[in-house]
Amino acid sequence: MRIDCPHCGSRDIQEFVYRGDASVSRPDPDGEDALKHFVDAVHLRTNPAGFHSEHWYHSGGCRSWVTVVRDTLTHEIESVGFANEEIDR
Amino acid sequence: MRYSAFSLFRETLNKHRGWKPTWRDATPKSTYDVIIIGGGGHGLATAYYLAKEHGLTNIAVLEKGWLGSGNIGRNTTIIRSNYLLPGNQAFYELSMKLWEGLEQELNYNAMVSQRGVLNLFHSDGQRDTYARRANSMRLHGVHSALLDADEVRRMVPILGFEEARFPIKGGLWQARGGTARHDAVAWGYAHAADMRGVDIVQNCQVTGFLREGGRVVGVETSRGKIRARKVGMSVAGSSSRVAAMADLRLPIESQVLQAFVSEGIKPKIPCVVTYGAGHFYISQSDKGGLVFGGDLDGYNSYAQRGNLPTVEHVLEAGMSMMPSIGRVRMLRSWGGIMDMTMDGSPIIDRTPVEGLYLNGGWCYGGFKATPAAGWCFAHLIARNEPHPSAAAMRLDRFATGHILNENGRGAQPNLH
Ligand SMILES: Cc1cc2nc3c(=O)[nH]c(=O)nc-3n(C[C@H](O)[C@H](O)[C@H](O)COP(=O)(O)OP(=O)(O)OC[C@H]3O[C@@H](n4cnc5c(N)ncnc54)[C@H](O)[C@@H]3O)c2cc1C
Ligand SMILES: [Zn+2]
Repeated sequence: MRIDCPHCGSRDIQEFVYRGDASVSRPDPDGEDALKHFVDAVHLRTNPAGFHSEHWYHSGGCRSWVTVVRDTLTHEIESVGFANEEIDR
Repeated sequence: MRYSAFSLFRETLNKHRGWKPTWRDATPKSTYDVIIIGGGGHGLATAYYLAKEHGLTNIAVLEKGWLGSGNIGRNTTIIRSNYLLPGNQAFYELSMKLWEGLEQELNYNAMVSQRGVLNLFHSDGQRDTYARRANSMRLHGVHSALLDADEVRRMVPILGFEEARFPIKGGLWQARGGTARHDAVAWGYAHAADMRGVDIVQNCQVTGFLREGGRVVGVETSRGKIRARKVGMSVAGSSSRVAAMADLRLPIESQVLQAFVSEGIKPKIPCVVTYGAGHFYISQSDKGGLVFGGDLDGYNSYAQRGNLPTVEHVLEAGMSMMPSIGRVRMLRSWGGIMDMTMDGSPIIDRTPVEGLYLNGGWCYGGFKATPAAGWCFAHLIARNEPHPSAAAMRLDRFATGHILNENGRGAQPNLH
């Protein structure tokens, strides 16, 4: 598997560290049922068989966090972007 | 058909023409008392103990592929009960006790071999950690021993002792651990469950749940609708996918684990050996092949095949533990999908959906658990309350903080 880092170009997967499901966002600590939402955000995952949006950290390269959309059935990568540019998605 | 020395003798005279299939390939009925989804080791064991221990007879096991096509036929066959935490240790020791009587119980040769499990340590800190684990085992009535380097060398002289990068200082030893023939465990439970009237239905994929007033009352399958009073999920790496059909999200990520086997060589490794300076474990099959594995690939995957960097990583660890392995040719490698939980321990529990029960989250350690998982899951389904040995394996433990985290790492599945 290779990841096309938007800064460094196509690089071997060994340069990256997997940081999990990118669809998880930090709940509002002052919101209603905040504790429950935090428990869910830390533990529950959709874990799809198919396209999965996930974070990888380019530790062996530019040290960017990137968001990768990858098919968990085939390892095919559909898109890669900087994680901080996709934060509102 | 019962197997015995006599039946073997009779069939030898009969030129082996009289053997019957070990289980019936059943066609699904319209209604069952209990349906178990997943014909792996756990599903078959659950069905067997439901019939044997709880007197239920109208049971079906639904398997989407062929029996044994999942992780039960892909694992590295290690069995052991050398855990640290009370919530785990009692359970795995129950499993070990069931392994010890399994072949007589099932009337099937599962090649259970208590050849011992040796966990190497390479530093003072690791020795202390294993001493703690050894003591925890003993507090649960399970024998353990701490070996020094000379004892390890006498036991497995082929390990890299001379000029090793990480010198071996000793090992944690569980003499009762070992290996079993993985396929035969599935076939044995299928054989014994079938003898008690359980329907084993292959090529029958569950595609949805039948629900009435929120309660699960059966399943939709590729072979039609089947009703049941209770439904148990035992689908290993597919837990999240099947749970999603009941609108549940689980504390699980599915990830791939690879395993490897070499060409056959003369007996060199008498027990199971795990490395302490890298993630690597090895045993030798009765055919002589070295069976080994290491780390997960480390990211979400349902691909049932891994990537090359992990192959390289595992083999490097193997080379540093046992340099002579470099002279052996590798025959095959393969992958299986693990349902990795957030604390690395499994779940045997009711679900928030009435009538639906969950056995899953076995990570890479569910083979050794097969007998006890079946035993405890059957107890849960039949009596609607957890078995005391599996009482800690709750689904809600992540919310209440009663997690079972053997290695003390956080809620990150690829670190367990
Ligand atoms: C490479 C590797 C090495 C391992 N090594 C060890 C080891 O040394 N020791 C150890 O203790 N454990 C080990 N494990 C883990 C162990 O194999 C598993 O935890 C255990 O086998 C899981 O339980 P099972 O046997 O019931 O799973 P499986 O055999 O995977 O059974 C689940 C079944 O459910 C079926 N299924 C899924 N979805 C559906 C559906 N919708 N409808 C119908 N059926 C469905 C699947 O086809 C499958 O047959 C290893 C695993 C792997 C992959
Ligand atoms: Zn980069």
